[in-house]
Amino acid sequence: MIGFYTLLYKETLRFWKVSVQTVLAPIVTALLYLLIFSHVLAKHVEIYSGVSYIAFLVPGLVMMSMLQNAFANSSSSLIQSKITGNIVFVLLPPLSYLEFFSAYLIASIMRGLVVGAGVFIGTLAFTATRDVSHPLWILLFAVLGTGTLGALGVIAGIWAEKFDQLAAFQNFIIMPLTFLSGVFYSIHSLPAFWILVSRFNPFFYMIDGFRYGFFGASDVAPDVSLLVVSACFVALSILSLILLQRGYKLRH
Amino acid sequence: MTIPAIKFQHLHKHFSGVQALQDISLTVEQGEFFALLGSNGAGKTTLISILAGLVRADSGSAEVMGHDVVGDYRAARQLLGVVPQELAYDPFFTVRETLRIQSGYFGLRHNDNWIDEVLFNLGLTDKADANMRELSGGMKRRVLVAQALVHKPPVIVLDEPTAGVDVELRQSLWMFVRQLNAQGHTIMLTTHYLEEAEALCERVAMLKQGQIVALDRTANLLKNGGELRLQISIRPDNLPLELISRVVHQSGNTYTLTMKTPAELEPMLAQLRLAGVEIENMALSEPDLEDVFVQIMGRS
Repeated sequence: MIGFYTLLYKETLRFWKVSVQTVLAPIVTALLYLLIFSHVLAKHVEIYSGVSYIAFLVPGLVMMSMLQNAFANSSSSLIQSKITGNIVFVLLPPLSYLEFFSAYLIASIMRGLVVGAGVFIGTLAFTATRDVSHPLWILLFAVLGTGTLGALGVIAGIWAEKFDQLAAFQNFIIMPLTFLSGVFYSIHSLPAFWILVSRFNPFFYMIDGFRYGFFGASDVAPDVSLLVVSACFVALSILSLILLQRGYKLRH
Repeated sequence: MTIPAIKFQHLHKHFSGVQALQDISLTVEQGEFFALLGSNGAGKTTLISILAGLVRADSGSAEVMGHDVVGDYRAARQLLGVVPQELAYDPFFTVRETLRIQSGYFGLRHNDNWIDEVLFNLGLTDKADANMRELSGGMKRRVLVAQALVHKPPVIVLDEPTAGVDVELRQSLWMFVRQLNAQGHTIMLTTHYLEEAEALCERVAMLKQGQIVALDRTANLLKNGGELRLQISIRPDNLPLELISRVVHQSGNTYTLTMKTPAELEPMLAQLRLAGVEIENMALSEPDLEDVFVQIMGRS
C-alpha cells in the first residue's frame, strides 16, 4: 500500500505545487461567471419558488468547477508524463493497475473538492443566504461527480498522445456537456427536444442531484440522478481498469 | 544451481511490420557484469523494456531472479532497477523529493540514509534540494541513475547511462557501479562506448537486427575475434603492393595494417625491406572490443 499512498501523495503534491493555476484560477473563473450572470439575469429569472437566481446558480457553478478540474487533474498529469517521458517512473515500480488507477482517481477527486470548496466560499461574497437541505447528498454527488470525471480523465490521458487531442476531448466533449447540463438554467425552461437531449447528458444528473442537496428541489428525482451518476462512475472506472490492465498505450 | 538474475527465452517482438527481436534466448547469472551491445535499432532497448515491463513480447518469456515479468510482475519489478535511455524527469519536484517518491513506489519509507549515500556516490549531495528543472543534462542523468538504485535492486540495468555525459560523471558512475557489482548486484549494461564495456563487463552479447550474433566472455571474444594492428610510419611513402590489402587506416605516411597472428609480422617487415622502405616508427597493438564488434557486425 505504500506505493499507492506515494503515488497519491505525488499526484496531490503535483497540483498543489502549482495551485495558482490548478486551484485559484478556476475559482476566479467561476466567480466571474457568477458576477456576470447574476447581474445580467438576476432580475429576470426565478427558477425555484423562493430561490433567487444567484442562489440557484451557486451549486451549478460549484459542481461545474469540480467536474472540469477533476477531469483536468488526471488527464493533464498523464498526458504530461507521457509526453515528457517521466511516466516511466510509475510504470517501472511494482504498482498494480488498481493502485495506479485509485491514486490518480482520488487525487482528481481531491482537486475537484478543493476547487469546489473554494468556489463555494467565494460565492458567499455574492449571496449570504445559503440553503443546505441535504448535506450528505451534496457530498455524495460531489464525490461521485468528481470521481466520474477523474476516471474519464484517466481514460483521456491514456488515450491522448498529443496535447491537442486532449484539448479536443475537453473542448468538444467536456465543455459542451457541462454547459448543456443545466448549470445556468433549469431544463424545464428548454423546448421539449432539448429537454429530451438533456436527459441523455450524464452531467445534467450530476448537477441536478448536487443542486437537490442544497434546495431539496430538482428537475428529476434525486434517486434517478444518483443511479445514473453511480452507473457512469462504475462504467468509466471499469473501462479505465481494463485499459490499465492491458497496458493500452502505456506498455507497448 | 542458483537462479539466473536475468533469463530470456525465445523472445519475439515486432513493431508495425518490423521484427525488433527474433528468438532471443539469453541468461545472465547473479553477480555478473554483462554488456548488451549493438548498433542503433538492434533491439537492445526493446529487450530491456520487455524485462522492465514497458514493452510486452509477442511470444517467449523474460524473468528477473526467477520471477516472470508478466505473470509475477510485482516481484520481478521489485528486484529490478532500470536506468532508462531517455532523459526524463518530473519538473515539479526537487532531487530529494524525486528520490523519496521513487522509494515510496517501491514500498520504502524512511529511506533517507540510503538516498544520502546514493547522492554522495553520484556527486549529487549539493543538488539534493535543487529543483529538477535547474539541473544540467549530466546532473539529470545522475538523478536517473539514483532513481534506479533507491530500492537497492539486486539486478540493475543501465541503458546507455553515459550517453552525453562528462568524463567526471563516467568515472564516478563506474566506480559506484563496480562497487555495487562487488557487493553482489548483477549489472546489465548497454553502451556505445565499447571501451567501457571492455573494461567493465565479463560477458558480452552482440545484437544485430533483433538477433544475437555473438555471446561469449569478453576475453574470449578479444582472443578469438580480433586481428592484431600494426601501425607504421614509413619513408619514402611507398607501401609495397603486397601490403595494400592489409591497410585499415592511413594518415600521411602512417599506415595501420592488420594481421591475424604475430607470425605474420616478420614477412611483412621483409616485404618493406625488399621494397627499400625505411620504418620511422612502429607500434603493435592487440585488438580491442571495438575491432571485434566491427568485425562481427560486418560479417554477420
